[in-house]
Amino acid sequence: MKKRNEKIIEFFLALSGAITVLTTIGILWVLLYESVLFFKEVSVVEFFTDTQWTPLFSDKHFGILPLISGTILTSFIAILVALPIGLSIAVYLNEYAHPKIRQTIKPVLEILAAIPTVVYGFFALTVVTPFLQTLIPSLAGFNALSPGIVMGIMIIPLISSLSEDALYAVPKSLREASYGLGATQFQTSFKVLVPAASSGIIVSVILAISRAFGETMIVAVAAGLEPRLTLDPTVPIATITTYIVQVSMGDVPQGSLEFKTIFSAGMMLFVFTFILNTISARVKKKFYHKYE
Amino acid sequence: MNNRLKNNLFKYWAITCTLFGIAMLLIFLINIVIDGVGRLDWNFITDLPSRKPELAGIYTAIMGTVWILGLTAIIAIPIGVAAGIYLEEYGKKSRFANILEINITNLAGIPSIIYGILGLEVFVRMFGLGNSVIAGALTLSLLILPIIIVATREAIKAVPKTIREASFALGATKWQTISQQILPAAGGGVVTGVILALSRAIGETAPLIVVGALTYVPFVPQSPMDQYSVLPMQIFNWISRPEKEFATNAAAAIIVLLLITFIMNGFAIYLRNRWQKKVKW
Repeated sequence: MKKRNEKIIEFFLALSGAITVLTTIGILWVLLYESVLFFKEVSVVEFFTDTQWTPLFSDKHFGILPLISGTILTSFIAILVALPIGLSIAVYLNEYAHPKIRQTIKPVLEILAAIPTVVYGFFALTVVTPFLQTLIPSLAGFNALSPGIVMGIMIIPLISSLSEDALYAVPKSLREASYGLGATQFQTSFKVLVPAASSGIIVSVILAISRAFGETMIVAVAAGLEPRLTLDPTVPIATITTYIVQVSMGDVPQGSLEFKTIFSAGMMLFVFTFILNTISARVKKKFYHKYE
Repeated sequence: MNNRLKNNLFKYWAITCTLFGIAMLLIFLINIVIDGVGRLDWNFITDLPSRKPELAGIYTAIMGTVWILGLTAIIAIPIGVAAGIYLEEYGKKSRFANILEINITNLAGIPSIIYGILGLEVFVRMFGLGNSVIAGALTLSLLILPIIIVATREAIKAVPKTIREASFALGATKWQTISQQILPAAGGGVVTGVILALSRAIGETAPLIVVGALTYVPFVPQSPMDQYSVLPMQIFNWISRPEKEFATNAAAAIIVLLLITFIMNGFAIYLRNRWQKKVKW
């Protein structure tokens, strides 16, 4: 009797775990199923080569490239901001700062990661864009630069925290050997610690890129919702995520071709982030065996 | 000398970077407070939304957030904690557990808007739940499950083996050991993780837009099948309007949203510290 109860409990616990597997299967199934329906009406060649994305206009084009260029552009700007700053902070906290400073600053920076992204969108639109316009007068009211920079600020703690963890995990003996040879903190950090922790740092950067690809609200608020195949950061653009938001907010009838576009766009986003996450998982696995 | 100079230059650069991060946070917060605090009064909290910015309030959005949060908690906490227990206590070496583990890592990296697409197809369309509170809550539950599972596992992992062995030695079954020894001991960690996960759910906007949260709702949801708006949706709507007065409203609503988020985060950190101090193995 007792034994049977134990088995029943174990079954229900396992069932709860199985829900996460169902979630993954559900995501794959939904994206694939609706994408297949989409590609019955739109050719794959057009999807990947057409340079315009205008499913909501009367002259319809279904080229995903403008959405991809917008996604990559904003993410690239974000990484350009977050990588040097985040990595410098990580090295500083790990090698230069007093442990007490480190203990205070790390959680303060992590507040940046706890702020809802729609709030960052407000910041980009009402503070950063007007400020940038004083520097670049030709900057449009909606652009890729401002949300990109703000997204970068948002992911600074992601890079700084994960990189700092990686630097911290480097065995003490390496650090001591370096100082023993008379190296400065700078030399120790960049010639010994950063190379030794490189895989952990790479993981943090890949996760940051993946995060930036999927970021929605900052770009939806501040970038303008205009799909455009360009690498010019001063004009309005759209990303994969903001296009999905735009369709969801409008009155596109469910089941129509316009409606199906969000699944094909979502599929692209899923594939990109899945590739990045898989690479980071691989690198991480390697990293964990390095010092054992 | 050259090396020392480089060393110092980098030091000042790195301090600048650190200060830059903190300064951005401050500019950000101060700016929002200056913009919004004048608009913030009791009426703003208790008024219904309106097309006139000076009359508009966030009552229905706050109630929508409360509904979403409550339902998400009811759905996600039992499932997440149960899955965490399973992975840490039962499935250690099984193939199924191995698949679960890889899967949860993957899920945590999927953008939130993709969860919205899943919710739209499965909950809104297939289950026929429409743009209801329950469809939104189910979607957010799936989104925060990985966070709750990971937190539960970490908390259980921190419970020393001796507790478990002592319980078994006294003849307790596995479930008795878990429910009466391990869970109470791991409780603080689990609660901390759950609060952090829920505070993440409060700020989520993108998946709820996809599953049909509305920007203008003149009523408070009465049942899980009703339509709803949430605080971040209301903020997004106000930001998107051209009138300057709505930007002021957005700033005031952001203050409320940030207060809720920070209080939840602060409470989670407080619990974690207290728990770490109280329980010394």
